[in-house]
Amino acid sequence: MSHPAVTPTSHSGTGTEPVLSVRALQKAYNVGKPNERLAIADVTFDVAKGEFVCVVGPSGAGKTTLLRCLSGLLAPTSGEVRFEGAPLQEVPARLSVVFQDYSRSLMPWLTVNRNVALPLKVAGVAKRQREDRIAEVLHAVGLGDVGRNYPWQLSGGMQQRVAIARALAHQPDMLLMDEPFASVDAQTRFDLEDLILKVRSDLDITVVLVTHDIDEAVYLADRVVVLSGAPSRVEEIVPVPLGRPRNQLVTRSEETFAQLRRHLMELVTAH
Amino acid sequence: MTPSPDAPSRPETGRTASADVPSVADPIVAAATTPSQQFAARSGRAPGGGAGRLLRGLWSNLWRLWFFVTVLVLWWVLSADSTSTFFPPLRDIAQSLYDTWIAGEARSDLWSSLRHFAVGYTIAGVLGVAVGALLWKFQRIGHAVSPVLYFIYVIPTAALLPAIVAIMGIGSSMKITIIVLAAIWPTMLNTLDGMRGIEPLRLDTARVLHMSPLATVRSIVLPGAMPQIMAGLRHSLQIGVIMMVVSELIASREGIGFFILEAQQRFAITEMWTGIIVLAVVGSILTFLFIAVERVVLAWYIGARAVEQKG
Ligand SMILES: Nc1ncnc2c1ncn2[C@@H]1O[C@H](COP(=O)(O)OP(=O)(O)OP(=O)(O)O)[C@@H](O)[C@H]1O
Ligand SMILES: [Mg+2]
Repeated sequence: MSHPAVTPTSHSGTGTEPVLSVRALQKAYNVGKPNERLAIADVTFDVAKGEFVCVVGPSGAGKTTLLRCLSGLLAPTSGEVRFEGAPLQEVPARLSVVFQDYSRSLMPWLTVNRNVALPLKVAGVAKRQREDRIAEVLHAVGLGDVGRNYPWQLSGGMQQRVAIARALAHQPDMLLMDEPFASVDAQTRFDLEDLILKVRSDLDITVVLVTHDIDEAVYLADRVVVLSGAPSRVEEIVPVPLGRPRNQLVTRSEETFAQLRRHLMELVTAH
Repeated sequence: MTPSPDAPSRPETGRTASADVPSVADPIVAAATTPSQQFAARSGRAPGGGAGRLLRGLWSNLWRLWFFVTVLVLWWVLSADSTSTFFPPLRDIAQSLYDTWIAGEARSDLWSSLRHFAVGYTIAGVLGVAVGALLWKFQRIGHAVSPVLYFIYVIPTAALLPAIVAIMGIGSSMKITIIVLAAIWPTMLNTLDGMRGIEPLRLDTARVLHMSPLATVRSIVLPGAMPQIMAGLRHSLQIGVIMMVVSELIASREGIGFFILEAQQRFAITEMWTGIIVLAVVGSILTFLFIAVERVVLAWYIGARAVEQKG
């Protein structure tokens, strides 16, 4: 890749201005209607530059809602989200999102190349450089010569790689991911987890990843934000003092991993 | 000349059009009624393919014509000695077909019909997609305009014919207007429906990728709704052909429809039959062309559905 891997292996998150800051975020659906429903009650946390933050919570806690608020797709009912210092109005240009459902977020009428080209065309990248960049990101996510295929001709894991490649194509500062590995098999899931760690350190981007899988959160994150059940509040923010680079076999069998896992499990299933 | 009483109110016109009224039309079901797609879905997942497959496809299609050929042969043999005025021998019809339509004067009738159809169908298709897209884009206006549109929509076009003839006379503009008025509906309603059915996550994706509204429509909404738009266009094609004939039957001096009516009135039954056969051939060729275009435009859809069904 064009970026040398100079990322430090741990992020203190102190001293620097946070990239993303969430203050007293509240979100209600159908406000003023009889079926009004509070999805997020009160969420506050910060994400430092280069940090990997996972958000976990029980099913229906409002994780997707939170992520949509963070991305600017959904306006909060009250509270504030700031990205790189500015309050969020629309989806920021330096931010990318990977949705859980790759089969619905990729365009089946476009080849893999053209899917990945979408953000590059928007950015007005010339054709020649576009092709180079597409080859580069497809290589970065471990996809070889599939550019001319359609997404539906690929396996689920490969499709999600395409979605990640598309999200990375215009070199974002921050990646938001909503349960990106929930619909692939266990082995592919491990591969994709390692892929995202590698991409993160290679490109030096900030990642916020939502998941309901506690093991995954511990394995990936620098810090884990634990949400309560709906309407969600922040139960606790747990730092993960595991070293990097991480390794599926070694990291997952560490003592610290087991303790964190246990602690998070207690938090999530407490009610 | 008075129009034959049942010609303008051909029941198919009303019925085929109303098939699109329910706005819950399932794109998959709608498109599944296209035999070309069913065939293509079975014949392989990758769009396109080698010359070998093409040849085999052609052969299997030709093979499926066996019944049609049998009917023709039977007609030829059984009608050979016919002395009935209404059912002349097929040999005579074939001879007359050549004399009138290929060597003779009726060619100008054919061109006249095709020209009006081409202009009318193109306008109906473009307008149908455009108006459907606008109704989707501007929902509030759409809600206000919809009742009016449905009000016009439920009027059988046949009932408007006298008015249109009175206003526009019997020239080309009258015929084109009739075709457009009748053929626009399936395309428009299917476009609206298809666009309403776009996967919301795709629109979110467009926002996340910062696509402009125009780029979103061009790259996400239009292709996403394309299976239903094509179903609508196909429907419009059939209605367009019907209205092309109807417009020539009610008030005209040229066209295939006029030829048929005129032949019948001077009791030239053999020639009348040739007109009907030409109409059938024109309809078949147009449908065939449409299917060929559809296979290219919807190659991704046909392929994706084949994968879905297998998985
Ligand atoms: N568009 C909507 N309109 C009304 N209520 C909604 C909407 N989307 C979500 N909700 C409600 O908000 C709550 C949180 O939903 P959300 O999808 O954010 O949870 P989640 O944590 O992502 O769930 P899951 O684990 O199933 O992905 C749920 O109770 C849901 O019913
Ligand atoms: Mg969710």
